[in-house]
Amino acid sequence: MSLTVRSIGPACTIQDQGRIGYLDQGLSRSGAADILALHEGAALLGQRPDLAALEMAGMGGVFEATRDMQIALTGAPMQASVDGSPLVWNASHTLAAGQRLQIGAAAKGTYGYLHVGGGIDSAPFLASRSTHLTAKVGRAVQAGDDLPVGATPGKAGRKLRVEDRFSGGLLRVVPSFQTAMFDPATLERFTKTTFQRGTRANRMGMQLESDSEGFAAKGQLNVLSEVITPGDIQMTGTGNPFILLPECQTTGGYPRIATVLPCDLPRAAQTPAGGQLRFEFVTMEQATALMAAFASDLARLPGRVEALVRDPHDIADLLSYQLISGMISATE
Amino acid sequence: MAYRPMTQPTSFPLVRNVGYDGVLITFADTMTESSNRAALAFRNAIDALQWEGVFETSASLASAFLRFDPLQLPHAEIEDRVRQVLNQQDWYKAPLPGGRKLWRVPTVYGTDLAPQLDEAAAAAGLSPTEAIRRLSATQVRVLTIGFAPGQPYLGPLGPEFNIPRLKELNPMVPEGALVLAISQFVLFSGPTPTGWRHVGQTAFRCFRPENPQAFALNPGDEMLFHAVSRDELESLRAAGTDGAECQEITS
Repeated sequence: MSLTVRSIGPACTIQDQGRIGYLDQGLSRSGAADILALHEGAALLGQRPDLAALEMAGMGGVFEATRDMQIALTGAPMQASVDGSPLVWNASHTLAAGQRLQIGAAAKGTYGYLHVGGGIDSAPFLASRSTHLTAKVGRAVQAGDDLPVGATPGKAGRKLRVEDRFSGGLLRVVPSFQTAMFDPATLERFTKTTFQRGTRANRMGMQLESDSEGFAAKGQLNVLSEVITPGDIQMTGTGNPFILLPECQTTGGYPRIATVLPCDLPRAAQTPAGGQLRFEFVTMEQATALMAAFASDLARLPGRVEALVRDPHDIADLLSYQLISGMISATE
Repeated sequence: MAYRPMTQPTSFPLVRNVGYDGVLITFADTMTESSNRAALAFRNAIDALQWEGVFETSASLASAFLRFDPLQLPHAEIEDRVRQVLNQQDWYKAPLPGGRKLWRVPTVYGTDLAPQLDEAAAAAGLSPTEAIRRLSATQVRVLTIGFAPGQPYLGPLGPEFNIPRLKELNPMVPEGALVLAISQFVLFSGPTPTGWRHVGQTAFRCFRPENPQAFALNPGDEMLFHAVSRDELESLRAAGTDGAECQEITS
């Protein structure tokens, strides 16, 4: 059983929660850029969050079901339809054999996700299905590919209410081991600057721009290469920040001013080009409390799923419906 | 909240946090023979303990790293445990890992294949010929693997090669590129932008995802990049080989 790809955007990859344990060989985790979207898709389909889904950067594609299957759509909202009828985002649906699912460009945010009941059942490499483009593990999905679909069916006709994390905003950060290389005035300026996401962005990292001068550390060009973690905010030689994402390198020499909390990384990764971002330092105690809240939010997702009722906005011929026939006057 | 600096530890080994969920144990602020050995040995010791709540570990040039779940293993708790292990022995005197190998890798220095050799030689105060002579005769050790899959940081090179990284990134260097900065080589495992100078080119592949043994090198292995002509490298490539020779280090 599979989902056939008829056409597809240039940067769509299969992703699960990533590949753990190869840091010592220079292979970073990879995994979904928006890990929350992966959990939302699993909740909608009533399945485990460790199954793989299709991550669509900016643009989806056209897909055809070879059998009846259940799908869910999460992450950056995109125009979606089946054989021309619009589909609700953040919901699960049935895709019947032969039906065509069309997913367009992201209306907000960057990464949209297409999940299937049973998960995408591609061959794992080192215990994960995550593509790692920079490491050449797997490749971008192409037109003509058949995405194998797992055997367990999912649940369709369900939806989730999702807060907007697709337009930038505030990212909470903790100091990291190189933060002290930046003087207090530079750190102060960093937290008071509003950044725009630049055009250079992919699964390795995203460039930030601002009107402020560069955020340089002392001795920046001779720092010993040291371990990097996703969420690190790295300053290049010119003092321009990059937020590092799941396909980041595992070590590097450019100093990191701070690290975005894992619970705020979905918001960071989803920020579209030109979207505004700011940073706020929190203590490790606050960070731990925020992460505990995030973990319990993820655990509560399956309980927050609701039945999908047709929204009047989605009914194309609304005016032809007899909305008031049979209505009894309240005064009679 | 504004940033408030943490208490700055002053003596090595340092135990510091890496973002929310990492601990870094740093044995020196420069790469030295003893700090690199300490990092490798300490990382192996932590791995052997298999603490519940630790996701993964690695060793960098002079540090060991642990990634963990602070909700399962609180920050204060892991820091205590790490300090206990640190106090168990003199890690700077720990031996290198066993089973190490020596790789001899044919390398083209300079030419359009490695266009920054002349620039690197000038920065080191050497003629290109003398720089090539020294680089191709120095047996370097895999100090750590990182940045990209299977990709080694190698050293130490002589102090004359302690040259800074570039301010502007090299837009792209190919797989097998030998790049130089701060008395170290990196042998690139894939095409990548870099702030290091591209001084040599090899046909060596550090990451071989199609093989059961996907990673060619291990920390502690040694490498020698001997100079060959461009024609020699091209004929090796045409024959589908990297020309590398590998032997066990017995002593």
